[in-house]
Amino acid sequence: MASEDAVIAQVEEAHRHHSKTQFYIVWIALLVLTGVEVMLAYQRLPPVRMLSFLMVLSIVKAALIIAWFMHMKYEIPRMRRIIMIAGVVCLCLMCIFFPDAYRILRMGAQ
Amino acid sequence: MADTTVEQVLQRPYEPSLFGTYSKKIGMWLFLLSDSLTFGALLFAYTYGRISNPDWPTPFGSHSIVNATVMTGFLLTSSLTMVMAVSAASFNNRKGAIGWLLATMFCGTMFVVLHVREWLGLISEGMTPMKNPWGAPQFGGTFFTLTGLHMAHVTIGVIYLGIIAIRTGSKYFKPEDVEVSGLYWHFVDLVWMFIFPMVYLMSTKIT
Repeated sequence: MASEDAVIAQVEEAHRHHSKTQFYIVWIALLVLTGVEVMLAYQRLPPVRMLSFLMVLSIVKAALIIAWFMHMKYEIPRMRRIIMIAGVVCLCLMCIFFPDAYRILRMGAQ
Repeated sequence: MADTTVEQVLQRPYEPSLFGTYSKKIGMWLFLLSDSLTFGALLFAYTYGRISNPDWPTPFGSHSIVNATVMTGFLLTSSLTMVMAVSAASFNNRKGAIGWLLATMFCGTMFVVLHVREWLGLISEGMTPMKNPWGAPQFGGTFFTLTGLHMAHVTIGVIYLGIIAIRTGSKYFKPEDVEVSGLYWHFVDLVWMFIFPMVYLMSTKIT
């Protein structure tokens, strides 16, 4: 139990003692990525390709927010793995509906 | 700290958390996981409609995109001020924490004000949850449901942060309460990072 208490104490310290400069860098990176997204919106790309580019950028932004702003990178590996795997797997399961959307598109729905 | 309280009540050795943190934070993470599924389902429904409807409306002109980009800027800035509030609270700097919390609330309120202005503009152009003058009728229903649920989350978040700010100035102050409220606030920001490109940027009116 003493080792578990030591782990909690280490995690608490990691949460407290990190440079504020990191947060400013993450904030600027998020603003820049948002600017890139807005620029992409004005390129005449097919919807599916546009969606792919925007999704990649959104996932990068989400990862930055979760890791630094939500302090996930300072949690113990067990916490990180369980929360992230549960969330990602559940959300990915919803992708099963997308082939159906393409099917309707290929049918030439008006 | 919550675990310490339990230990005092039980009057016997208390087994620490498997996740190396306190139970309030684990509870908030579980809530956020369930909430991410709600938003995920709505976002998938919206994107399904967007892909499968060739006549999906693209009503967002440059004015709307600028408005939504400024909204995004406010939300991203609010996340920065929130993380500063959490940092100040962790060092028991109450005054600093309250200041940063108020800044976060201001950014959140500005987001809601700009969003309501956007909604009123669309409604005045004839858009309702059932119909719109531009194309696929599902657009209005999915747009108002998705952005409305998010706006409700931001509004609740501003109230939640207000309560935490009041408690931070009182004898009930606990640094972990600021951190847990921060998790909620960052989640609201996180969800918008998907709504903004999926809803607004995918429906940009290019002239």
